[in-house]
Amino acid sequence: MKFDSPAGDNLFDRARIVGKSTPRIDGARKVTGTAPYAYERHDVAAGQAYGWIVGSAIAKGRIVSMDLAEARAAPGVIAIVAATEHEPVGSSDFNFAPLFGGREVSHYHQAIACVVAETFEQARAAAGLIRTRYESADGAFDLKAAKPGAPIAMERGEPARSSVGDFDGAFAGSAVTVDETYTTPDEAHAMMEPHATIAAWDGDALTVWTSNQMVEWGRQALASILRMDADKIRVDSPFIGGGFGGKLFVRADAVMAALAAKAAKRPVKLALQRPLMFNNTTHRHATIQRVRIGADRDGRIAAMGHECWSGNITGEGPEDGTLQTPKLYAGAGRMTACYIAQLDLPEGNAMRAPGETPGHMALEVAMDELAEKLGIDPVELRIANDVKDRIPGGEQTKISDRHLTRCLREGAERFGWSKRSARPASRRNGRYLTGMGVAAGYRAAPARTSAARVGIDDAGRISVATDMTDIGTGSYTIIAQTAAECMGVPLDDVTVHLGDSRFPVSAGSGGQWGAASATAGVYAACVNLREAIAQKLGYDAARAEFADGRISGGGRSSALREAGAMSVDGEMSFGKFKQEYDIGTYAGHFVEVDVDVFTGEIRIRRMLAVCDAGRILNPLSARSQVIGGMVMAAGAALTEHLVVDKRFGFFANHDLAQYEVPVHADIPPQEVVFLDTLDPIISPLKAKGVGELGICGVGAAIANAAYNATGVRVRDYPLTLDKYLDRLPAV
Amino acid sequence: MRSFTYERAASPAAAAASVAARPGAKFIAGGTNLLDLMKLEIETPVHLVDVQDIGLDAVEDTEEGGLRIGTLVSNTALSAHPRVRRDYAVLTRAIQAGASGQLRNKATTGGNLLQRTRCSYFYDTNMPCNKRDPGSGCAGINGHSRQLGVIGTSDACIATYPGDMAVAMRVLDARVETMRPDGQARSIPLGEFHRLWGDTPHVETVLQPGEIITHVVLPPPPPGQHFYEKVRDRASYAFALVSVAAVIAPDGTGRVAFGGVAPRPWRVAAADAALPQGAGAVIAAAFADARPTEDNRFKIKLAERTLAGVLSQVRS
Ligand SMILES: Cc1cc2nc3c(=O)[nH]c(=O)nc-3n(C[C@H](O)[C@H](O)[C@H](O)COP(=O)(O)OP(=O)(O)OC[C@H]3O[C@@H](n4cnc5c(N)ncnc54)[C@H](O)[C@@H]3O)c2cc1C
Ligand code: SF4
Repeated sequence: MKFDSPAGDNLFDRARIVGKSTPRIDGARKVTGTAPYAYERHDVAAGQAYGWIVGSAIAKGRIVSMDLAEARAAPGVIAIVAATEHEPVGSSDFNFAPLFGGREVSHYHQAIACVVAETFEQARAAAGLIRTRYESADGAFDLKAAKPGAPIAMERGEPARSSVGDFDGAFAGSAVTVDETYTTPDEAHAMMEPHATIAAWDGDALTVWTSNQMVEWGRQALASILRMDADKIRVDSPFIGGGFGGKLFVRADAVMAALAAKAAKRPVKLALQRPLMFNNTTHRHATIQRVRIGADRDGRIAAMGHECWSGNITGEGPEDGTLQTPKLYAGAGRMTACYIAQLDLPEGNAMRAPGETPGHMALEVAMDELAEKLGIDPVELRIANDVKDRIPGGEQTKISDRHLTRCLREGAERFGWSKRSARPASRRNGRYLTGMGVAAGYRAAPARTSAARVGIDDAGRISVATDMTDIGTGSYTIIAQTAAECMGVPLDDVTVHLGDSRFPVSAGSGGQWGAASATAGVYAACVNLREAIAQKLGYDAARAEFADGRISGGGRSSALREAGAMSVDGEMSFGKFKQEYDIGTYAGHFVEVDVDVFTGEIRIRRMLAVCDAGRILNPLSARSQVIGGMVMAAGAALTEHLVVDKRFGFFANHDLAQYEVPVHADIPPQEVVFLDTLDPIISPLKAKGVGELGICGVGAAIANAAYNATGVRVRDYPLTLDKYLDRLPAV
Repeated sequence: MRSFTYERAASPAAAAASVAARPGAKFIAGGTNLLDLMKLEIETPVHLVDVQDIGLDAVEDTEEGGLRIGTLVSNTALSAHPRVRRDYAVLTRAIQAGASGQLRNKATTGGNLLQRTRCSYFYDTNMPCNKRDPGSGCAGINGHSRQLGVIGTSDACIATYPGDMAVAMRVLDARVETMRPDGQARSIPLGEFHRLWGDTPHVETVLQPGEIITHVVLPPPPPGQHFYEKVRDRASYAFALVSVAAVIAPDGTGRVAFGGVAPRPWRVAAADAALPQGAGAVIAAAFADARPTEDNRFKIKLAERTLAGVLSQVRS
């Protein structure tokens, strides 16, 4: 099925199940420990041995030798796969630094060996006996130092820059200007479940039970890395303990498990050890961003310039902080540019709202700075410059459905924004300075081809199978809701199977496209099943009603189960017409913070997000997505920081004790409001994703609140107390 | 983790004798620190002597009006003890500011005193670290040192003693009671218990091989208001950037110790004496010989402001 014109009135506009707050259908399995996560799948293959990954001790250079004798002789050891004895694995379209590199080391903690033993403890103990000698090479690890010569980044074969009108002229001619530089640090996904895989070979066929957001990408990447036929690979990933982009691609766990299982001639299970994860896997790369905004005295923006520098290993892409800027605000003269420096740190790649998360943390603070210079309320400044109906320049000039102004207005109203004092450092509450901040949020709403299989059994129960994943987001539930709605059966009569590469290929989970795409694919399959059932029972599918487990039309009615067991595939693809539109999701984020006047500790007291993302398929799980994004943004704003050791070339604080993600005590009551909107351009369900919208803008709202509280503007994230201390009032 | 042998001792004397008899043996109590370090091969004991059956799990009143705390008293139990809460509030607050509920249930009094530093490079066995691997160098000094020490450090090591409980015990003038392998008991003022790093940062306390902690003794409670203020980036479940333990009398005199800044809870007599002059004078006295790095210079200012916050709450 092709979605090639805007959605008209359809069954979802009369929905009884889609759009209703629905507890996760997999919730009971999760809380009873019966949802099978990769490392716990003891039943899928007999005789599982344990693997332990050894990471490189240097960031760049060569392995001179590895002495494996003692480890091989250690109790319980079955096999060792080592870089000095194994040819380098192949490359893939999904990673540049090899996941198992041979003798060349391209980043710290890159996998250089895997020890397989009868028990986990034996594998770990033996790994400690491997003696590796290295020849270190110099590397580039300092983004600031590499910035001056950094070339423009390439995105889809094009230079990553844009220009509309005359930015320089407009900026020079503006009465009020802001020209500031902001920095954001490298960050880790730090999801709860580490990357984990069980691998088993059956002849030349490989199965990996793993934790991966994009099953088909994973299958293709493994085929190319292991130099084998993709049809011989099965990837199964039904439950995922968080990914945030860190599991978009197969990583060393899957590759090493496969190689180790081959060497051991047994199924092997392993998980990336937590201290390895920060340097072994991908991360969000640090940025340096310069934002220039020029406006007239009434607050009309005439010039908007945003440049972003990040660093990565050769070949890999940038963290493009400029993405949201052309989409948010009007202005005749505009420019964006994204530069990339070559660094020898671990590979940077997508993390929740890649580009936009740090991008908002610069742009939306610059807007706050502009509002202050103009003496205009920051909510009003944003509304006055909201792009509203047409995005200047570029191909996508039309806007599908956008209510940013409403998000900001409604948010201001609900949050009590009018109580904010425009004068910084003027509200005191005991030992705390109190402040409020606002930011707008924009995140694109992509949709991708997605397929599913929908079946009915003799009892009239519906089952859905697709390789779509549920990374904690609630995919199981919205897919069941969609199928129940389409087939006219109660939610309890639908079962959902996800994450297996034997199922039809879906869009997978990433870039907040999962919900919109996968439900559209399920809808396409349901349309086909409705047709098949109608045909079998002699109804006109186009006119038949599907409700209460029955099909009716032409004055008669039959139970669906009378059609007998059958199953059909369906796929939704998206037509060209969408390319004329900018399809986005929008938010107004409001935050109140207290800053301890003595210590400079920033504590968030209230958070509100008002979101516009089309139809909300399941308000309960959508809210969880948004509050999760807000928590992650709190970490990005206040504590999260992979510290680069520029001498040794690695992230030094590589465990969860030192890389500080927020804890419960950091997070205050959070409120989320969804506007009641529909986007007919996105899909037949008129629903867009929210998983990344929740993080876009929140960090800046926190920073703006901290400024409003203290009068101290910190432009280098995270906003730790040491950056405030010298500038707080004397005590 | 290396393989090791394991035994449970029945008495303090037996435990001490067992550890003394086996080079490379260690005591294990709650295991919340030692096991983590063993998993990473930062500690590689060949033999563990588990002390959980040796008794010493009670808090008793002393004749002088103080408390004698058995080494196995858990952090949870100690912080909840009625007399501690009433008379030694600084200690309850310090313990509850540390770790998490689950950890405090397992963590013991003696183990807490001996918890090791949280320096990033100490935790990464690929890195030079004089404390973990004597003579290998110190990656911390010119490295990621935001969390590390500003005073009492050395050219060999700038790490801190990271804990909270001991900082409170330090202002309470606690003493550590031990038993040596030969059965001899001794009592060590807590202020002399942790060594400054000097050239031997791997030697962290004055305990001798096989010497076991049996008790911590608190003298009668000092008069005054009790404070424990712990400053950190996130609101909970993090080690202190700086902490301040203080007991302040209504006339402004009192005692103060700082955590997160030095190889031991940092208390200086001249700083105590300066309390009536305010935070600036205290810090000048306590941190006169500070040698911070660029990354952690802020700790001195932070200590001053945190103390100022404490003093602002004193009821005269
Ligand atoms: C995630 C995490 C967060 C933490 N956060 C904090 C915090 O915020 N603040 C804080 O203060 N602490 C914190 N801690 C540290 C915690 O307080 C210590 O791990 C705990 O107190 C150690 O006690 P234990 O009984 O488990 O010691 P063990 O791990 O059993 O032993 C520690 C050391 O003491 C020795 N030992 C134990 N008993 C004796 C004895 N009787 N005589 C001689 N030697 C002995 C052992 O040989 C070992 O070397 C944290 C720990 C973790 C894991
Ligand atoms: S500061 Fe101390 S613990 Fe840290 S690396 Fe140096 S010697 Fe090791």
